[in-house]
Amino acid sequence: MTTFFQLVVSGITVGSIYALVAIGFTLVYRASGIFNFAQGEYVMLGGMITGILMTTCGVGFVPASLVAILVTVAIGAISYLLAIRPARSAAQVHLLIITIGISVLLRGLTSALLGKDFVRIPTFVSPETFNIGGVVIQSQALLVIAGAMAMASLLWLFLTRSFVGKGITAVSANLMAAKLVGINPAAIVALCFGISACIGAVGGLVATPITMTSYDAGTMLAIKGFSAAMLGGISSAAGPLVGGLLIGLFEAFGAGYVSSTYKDAFALLILLGVLAFRPQGLFGNRSTQRV
Amino acid sequence: MLTKALQNPFVSTLAVALIVVALPLVVGSNFHIRLATMVYIFSIVVLGLNLLMGYAGQVSLGHAGFFILGAYSVALGPSQLGLNPWLSMAGGVALTSALAFVIGRPLLRLSGYHLAMATLAFGAIVYVFITNEVDLTGGPDGMQVQRANLSVLGLSHLMSWYWLAGGFLVLSMLILSNLLSSPAGRALRALHDSEVAAGVLGIDVARAKLMAFVISAALAALAGANLALLDGHITPAAGGILRSVELLTMAVVGGLGSLVGSVAGAAFLVLLPQFLTEFHDYEHAILGFLLVVIMVMLPLGIVPSLNAVMRRWLP
Repeated sequence: MTTFFQLVVSGITVGSIYALVAIGFTLVYRASGIFNFAQGEYVMLGGMITGILMTTCGVGFVPASLVAILVTVAIGAISYLLAIRPARSAAQVHLLIITIGISVLLRGLTSALLGKDFVRIPTFVSPETFNIGGVVIQSQALLVIAGAMAMASLLWLFLTRSFVGKGITAVSANLMAAKLVGINPAAIVALCFGISACIGAVGGLVATPITMTSYDAGTMLAIKGFSAAMLGGISSAAGPLVGGLLIGLFEAFGAGYVSSTYKDAFALLILLGVLAFRPQGLFGNRSTQRV
Repeated sequence: MLTKALQNPFVSTLAVALIVVALPLVVGSNFHIRLATMVYIFSIVVLGLNLLMGYAGQVSLGHAGFFILGAYSVALGPSQLGLNPWLSMAGGVALTSALAFVIGRPLLRLSGYHLAMATLAFGAIVYVFITNEVDLTGGPDGMQVQRANLSVLGLSHLMSWYWLAGGFLVLSMLILSNLLSSPAGRALRALHDSEVAAGVLGIDVARAKLMAFVISAALAALAGANLALLDGHITPAAGGILRSVELLTMAVVGGLGSLVGSVAGAAFLVLLPQFLTEFHDYEHAILGFLLVVIMVMLPLGIVPSLNAVMRRWLP
């Protein structure tokens, strides 16, 4: 039973990161219809930049993490304005390939400029662990979970309560009507790319003390984040969050009870299963296509 | 007249065949022959991918999975089952096609991003499987492939694979040219423009897509087997996610919907690193950058864009 709860804890911890990637995905997808393959790179960049600044440049955690978040947000917004927006009328496939290109470019630049080694961030909360009935919980893990929940709630408040956030909701709901009431869709979508990069970078810097990161960590995160978004349902608000936690739990139980070498395969199998049997996700509405 | 001839798939097949025959007369160095062989091998996969994407309009990010299955079949056939390498190659292509047939039905019900991610997941599962089954495949270090070539005809190992890969390429182009000018090929093109309209016209949409998917998987497996036999060694890295991205890039950069575009795209991406050896560290960054720039500036790809220019300036 202890093993079971230990796996629940580790599943929810990694699941929180997948949930953040999934939330970033759905935010951009709903506002622009663009599927951003580079979403996982933001998590990698948040962790890599903070880690390199702290370990090789000796910068403190707070300035290092602020620089990392700002750089990642700038990369997110600029890549949309320079590369994706000029091709916005192109076919889905082309937009997908452009975001794949951005993802490969970011990976390549990171490996050339920041190195190919694993990067660790020193734990920035006290390294103590809690022991509840034999289940060991690192305080950093609690921080990851709390950080993910905080980002998700902040985003929800921003989208539903603020003026700009309502603009994002308007663009997602009906682009033409949003333009007619004077909303600038380019600014809104660039903002969404920036916010999703920010969410990813925060996820990266809270998770890296536990998981470590390297230049090639982004692709798997993007796939798992996408699996989470598809499992929860891309059209619902809570879908990506629940989907992320479920993927994390499946992965932890799969690794703990079935096979740890096939850890990465579980999320992929769930993705295939969801796409084949319930493409609208657990909480999504069944969509019909107009001809 | 000239531009029309250039767009005829049979004319481009003939042109590629002439290049394959003439190239050894011009270049002598083993290094260049090897590069040309790599171009032919990758052209074979990209042709299949182009049939699927450029003609049938279905995206795949998982063809590295079929590629690596073909490669490992020629490595495993002789070592595990004691089969002859040629038979292993044929068996690998047949089994991979059968696999594509089985998974194609459920996968191809998806479209757009969903299909791209589902095929990506398939490719990643194949990769994870091959990397982790260390006893069978040697894991990340890869495994040796039993040598097979045409030395009975007096050809060196490299030249045998030059002629075999070149021959397979010309043969694949010939088969695809035939297919594309047949009713089945026209059905595929109709699918690309509108699946609904194609269905209304009485085309069996699911069947046409599945045909393109199986043919593309077979060509990917054939190319993978060729690469493994040429190199004599194979590692899972030859079929990772980045390889799928690279194959997709070749198809799109060369030009979707153009057979000669596939060869041009493969040549571009195989030869590019040779010109970038000084910037070796930045190879992936440059690959990503080019992918973005070409997609934004030349969304049609190199060959169709050139065709459009020629149509304007030539009679």
